[in-house]
Amino acid sequence: MIFDVPQNAFYSILVIFFLLMTASLSRIFLAKKNPKSDFTELRQRIQSWWWMVSFLFSCLIISRTTAIILFGFISFLALKEFFSIVPTRLADRRVIFWSYLAIPIQYYWVSIEWYGMFIIFIPIYLFLFLPVRMVLIGETKGFIRAIGITHWGVMLTVFCLSHIAYLLVLPVKNLDAGNIGLVIFLISMTQLNDVAQYIWGKSLGRRPIIPKVSPNKTLEGFIGGVLTITLISGNFASFLTPLSANEGYFAGLLISICGFFGDVVISSVKRDLEIKDSGTLIPGHGGILDRLDSLIFVSPVFFHYIHYVVF
Amino acid sequence: MPKRILKILFFLLLIRPIVFIVIGLNIRGKRNLPLSGPTIIVANHNSHLDTLVLMSLFPLSILHNIRPVAAADYFLSNPILKWLSLNCIDIIPLARKPRFISKDKLFQTCHAALDKGNILIIFPEGTRGVPEEMGRIKSGIFHLINDRKDTRVVPLVMHGLGKSLPRGEALFVPFNCDVIIGEQLPLETSKDKFVDNLSTTFNALLKQCLTRNNSVK
Repeated sequence: MIFDVPQNAFYSILVIFFLLMTASLSRIFLAKKNPKSDFTELRQRIQSWWWMVSFLFSCLIISRTTAIILFGFISFLALKEFFSIVPTRLADRRVIFWSYLAIPIQYYWVSIEWYGMFIIFIPIYLFLFLPVRMVLIGETKGFIRAIGITHWGVMLTVFCLSHIAYLLVLPVKNLDAGNIGLVIFLISMTQLNDVAQYIWGKSLGRRPIIPKVSPNKTLEGFIGGVLTITLISGNFASFLTPLSANEGYFAGLLISICGFFGDVVISSVKRDLEIKDSGTLIPGHGGILDRLDSLIFVSPVFFHYIHYVVF
Repeated sequence: MPKRILKILFFLLLIRPIVFIVIGLNIRGKRNLPLSGPTIIVANHNSHLDTLVLMSLFPLSILHNIRPVAAADYFLSNPILKWLSLNCIDIIPLARKPRFISKDKLFQTCHAALDKGNILIIFPEGTRGVPEEMGRIKSGIFHLINDRKDTRVVPLVMHGLGKSLPRGEALFVPFNCDVIIGEQLPLETSKDKFVDNLSTTFNALLKQCLTRNNSVK
């Protein structure tokens, strides 16, 4: 126990830093070997990983409250990025203002562990409140579209992502891993899935899986990713989560499939708007939505799987 | 110099946290940002936040060299705004309806600032106008640079702030803002050519904005 971090969670943090170190060293080695090629983007990408991972782990280690505030802040950045790129009416500024206010309230329910309110606040109360606020402004032209876009954005970036924070307040079932272990498991499996699908697709990919949305995504990459993550997840689940090995395999399958769909859904949004990235917040990655796309879909599904199997 | 320190503190403690955390910028073309004068940055105008966002791009060490040219009739109109404008932002006040003043006299303070190597910020539309819509570019700026071959002109486009704080609204709502810095504009011989070129450049830069589809017309 260091900094009150459960042992297995601490080891996994060390492993992740070791992987990052390997990535940085390989990049330096590659750059030395091919002095003519430009590795700026790869360098920025890895550098950004160092920042994101260090920031996340620091907040997780300092305290549960710090971590909840961090996830709330991430939701804010993601929601803001969403509202900045999608078409909204000038008349809806006040409705959008209220949707931002939903963030502290939603994460407050997390912090006081009020599951019943946490799970219905955005899908029911905010769902009903936002159109009421919009009606009071009274602009009917484009009403349906406007209310759809606004609530969908809050669902994706606040409701879905807040499930990661709720993992932190569940009763601890695996004492060696703690709830930090659950969060590290969820985030690292999701991100590894992105990497695995990319690598399998690059090396074996032939058949495009969804060419209209993402011409680079292939069936081979998808299947390779699903198999890789299912295997890794099955082997590490009992180390970092309260799941058994068999349950871990299934969790890996869920993470991999949901991660893929989260990625292509956000890609479709960007394609519809004819932009390549949703922002420039994270050098080498694009915007924060570009990084969170898979996590948005994985978090609630993984959460409810854990909730169903373990609690 | 107390004014210089006041300006730095104002930006460091108040403006920069708002600009970089609450608003959030998508910056492109950062390498085109001029760090020394005499230079004029010409930008489009949607919101009061434009000036503050633009000034936050510069390192604090040269912040005292950055001077927005702003309408005297508006910014000097009430005592609090006047004090902020002159001390914390350090504007160059300009008469917007210069019917009875000669051009030389009108631009006197601008020329003095450029002579000192300052970077001036000018909004050639002259007003914030309809949010996120380009207004007609006025030619005053051409007269300002016409007899100054030493002065660079750098175009810059912002998009998104018209949503955050449009004209006539008091409630601020956070949205990301695109900032696209273009390459230095070539010298032109005639007023019309200059205005044409500037407007083409603005439109080209606006096409690079990630937030360009953010409004329902």
